[in-house]
Amino acid sequence: MARKDDYLQRRQHLAQMSDEELYQHFWDLAKQLVAPMLEAGKHYTTPSIERSVLLRMGFSSLEAKPIVNGLIDRELLGHGAGNCVYLLAEKMNLSIREAGLALVEGKYWDQVPDLFQKGEDRHD
Amino acid sequence: MTKTFNKHAQLENLDKDERIDVRKILENLEDYHPGKHPWHWREGRNEKRVIGDFEYHETSKPLKQSVPLAGSRGFGYIDPQPDCVITTEIASGRFEDDIRRMRMAAWNGADHIMVIRTAGQSHIDSLIEGTTQGIGGIAVTRKQCRATRRALDLIEEEVGRPLNFHSYVSGIAGPDIAVMFVEEGISGAHQDPQYNVLYRNINGLRSFVDACESKSIIAYGEMLQIDGAHNANATAMEAWKVYPELMVQHALNCAFSVGCGIKPENIALSTVPPTAPPAPCMRLDLPYAVALRDLFRNFKMRAQQNTKFMESEAREATVTHTLDIVISRLTSADIQSTITPDEGRNVPWHYNNIAAINTARQSLNGLDGIREMVKIDREGPLGNQVREFKERAILFMEEMLEIGGYFEAVEQGFFIDNGLYPERKGDGLVRERNGGIGAGTVVARAEDYFAPVSVHYGNNHIPAQFKSASEAIGGDTFEDPAKIIFVDELDPEDNVETRIKEKSHYYDNPNLVRPEVEWLGDGIVVLTLMLPCDKRRAEFASLEIGKRLGLKDCTVIHSQILHPSEGTQIEMKGTVDFDIDLSELNIPEEIPLLSETEIRDYIHTRPITVVAATVGEDEHSVGLKEILDIKHGGIEGFGVHYHYLGTSVPVDKLVDAAIETNADAILQSTIISHDDVHIKNMRKLHDICLERGVRDKFILICGGTQVTNEMALEAGCDAGFGRGSHGIDVASFIVKTLKARETREE
Repeated sequence: MARKDDYLQRRQHLAQMSDEELYQHFWDLAKQLVAPMLEAGKHYTTPSIERSVLLRMGFSSLEAKPIVNGLIDRELLGHGAGNCVYLLAEKMNLSIREAGLALVEGKYWDQVPDLFQKGEDRHD
Repeated sequence: MTKTFNKHAQLENLDKDERIDVRKILENLEDYHPGKHPWHWREGRNEKRVIGDFEYHETSKPLKQSVPLAGSRGFGYIDPQPDCVITTEIASGRFEDDIRRMRMAAWNGADHIMVIRTAGQSHIDSLIEGTTQGIGGIAVTRKQCRATRRALDLIEEEVGRPLNFHSYVSGIAGPDIAVMFVEEGISGAHQDPQYNVLYRNINGLRSFVDACESKSIIAYGEMLQIDGAHNANATAMEAWKVYPELMVQHALNCAFSVGCGIKPENIALSTVPPTAPPAPCMRLDLPYAVALRDLFRNFKMRAQQNTKFMESEAREATVTHTLDIVISRLTSADIQSTITPDEGRNVPWHYNNIAAINTARQSLNGLDGIREMVKIDREGPLGNQVREFKERAILFMEEMLEIGGYFEAVEQGFFIDNGLYPERKGDGLVRERNGGIGAGTVVARAEDYFAPVSVHYGNNHIPAQFKSASEAIGGDTFEDPAKIIFVDELDPEDNVETRIKEKSHYYDNPNLVRPEVEWLGDGIVVLTLMLPCDKRRAEFASLEIGKRLGLKDCTVIHSQILHPSEGTQIEMKGTVDFDIDLSELNIPEEIPLLSETEIRDYIHTRPITVVAATVGEDEHSVGLKEILDIKHGGIEGFGVHYHYLGTSVPVDKLVDAAIETNADAILQSTIISHDDVHIKNMRKLHDICLERGVRDKFILICGGTQVTNEMALEAGCDAGFGRGSHGIDVASFIVKTLKARETREE
């Protein structure tokens, strides 16, 4: 869309504002614009976030990726990759590292769906 | 098994007289855990400080060791460190060579070392590992970060100031990288989801959701975050029209980052004066800089320099960057970033990083305290312009909200439009809401979603038995770095060990040198030429000259028309394929100087008189006066009595004066060296003394910027002192010569 500069007409409602009012208005607008994204961040996760969780649990990038991909394939990433490793470790009485490495090696994936409350991943 | 947590794993401090050995940096790297390195601002700001003969108002704690600016020679080699952090961007594709450049940069006053990533890394959906060679940057991997941080930990000891290591938390693997950065001691990062959307075509929702986690991790690491708004300036064709949009981009990332938990004082705007000469840039850019600092008063300013209008001329770039620094000083800058003057030509070269740092250091020194005398006049046109910029940015955001928010605005091409908003040219970047790389990869967190880590953004259903999420796993890597898994090399060929092996002769024998600009022994040299012809033919003639000189791979990197037919200036690079063995060079030994006390004591018992003048048709007086004058540490300070005859003195008059005053030495200065007149005058001095039978009576000393000792000896004189000589050098020589004569006479 092309448009000529109509700044002078558009600014009428701003003309009477003090500099301080303008400042407040500027930041109110910025906060309103980012609020939906900040909210989305609370309710969604991504492969990258889940890999970052696994990294912090003591897995390398080479180990984190197949675990996350395995969960994506099974539509189970929304439960959390770290959660998967944690619950598997609890269930099989393994250390966190052993449980994760087992998944990397392709073991125990049949147990994984039962670790979580029912429900497949929801993509919005 | 727990690994040893050993910050300085066995490495000894650096010795300034030895090059850093990257092989040692790589030893036992898997056991080196740098840990969190929070951002560091310079210390001792906001206090007046006396350095040399001057009082400074905008400096910080001095460095333990540094290379002062060349001009400091006239001021006792002072090296005032400005109050703002100075950035240098280094990335040659080989981190092992970047480390050496980082050391040079730190010695020249940089304390923010920014590493550019290799092309394409932002689209790799994972961390990458190893030390593969990069293009236009390095592969930012754990091994490269850890090795570089380890080197920087040593270098910061050496210069006596913490060094901020910085790279990018952008692309599709943001949270992975953010984690690695905290673990490996990175202090600053670019993070701006808008950058992903606009410039990397990464899906919008993915970018923002990832950014929530990345920013939370950055906040935990107490890193400084820098946004990506400056890219709008670099991308828009008419960069001087993007002011409103730049402010909007800054505002969105700031508001979003605060929402993710980063403190405003750890959020920096990446701001660039958008215009450059020959546009009237100061008049356009200054009101923008003021408006920005008004609106973002709670945040930090990372003042970047303009790249948009850079051509291959390094001098022109330097002037633009100096003007940019004037804007920084007239307004404010917490970080003064630098762009190398060769960025319009190639990936930055070693010495151009230093040149850029020195442009900042020199300008900031020179502008110290300027705001105490020069004030921004808001009453005039600037005030109106400032108001207008703010209002235009506000109107931009109002319309974004009206049409449904950020993603809709991006879909409708609001950004990188070449109109001065609300004007729209309709040529903005369009990104589909559901498109881009990583589209469809974002998933809703389930009711039982759980992430057992100590830092996390958003919903996290921690099992009731745990006080904190990471308790479930007995602590994460942020709490226990021993849990970090170090991946070494994945590529058996493309890695640092192979590269070092290929260049092992340089590593094993530091005496072996070859010119370099980027990589050890790359052999690149630059020739500057002036050819009396037009540009096109001058370029081809230069290539032929390079060939005949035996240079390989010659390329013209800059050509400047001086006149359409009278002349073209050329800068041409080429490579040499030979090494120089420093141990085989015949280097005359440096003559040790007498101490000041020895000189003074001698002169006390045996007074010394000299006559001095600048000879020929030469009006230069500064250099000689520095050698003579007590104020500049000249020979007068040691008790030498001198007769100064002035400038443009005929050589025979100088000899006459020496005879009349019964002098011990004649000091002859020549600055002009055109047609070797300096050499001719040296010979003349010797010849006249010989003719008059007084050659043995006088010590003949010549000086000047183009004079060398060898040259003076060859002309029959007793000594020559070139650029960088001081009174003590001359006084020491005279006293030693007289002492030697006394010994001979005895």
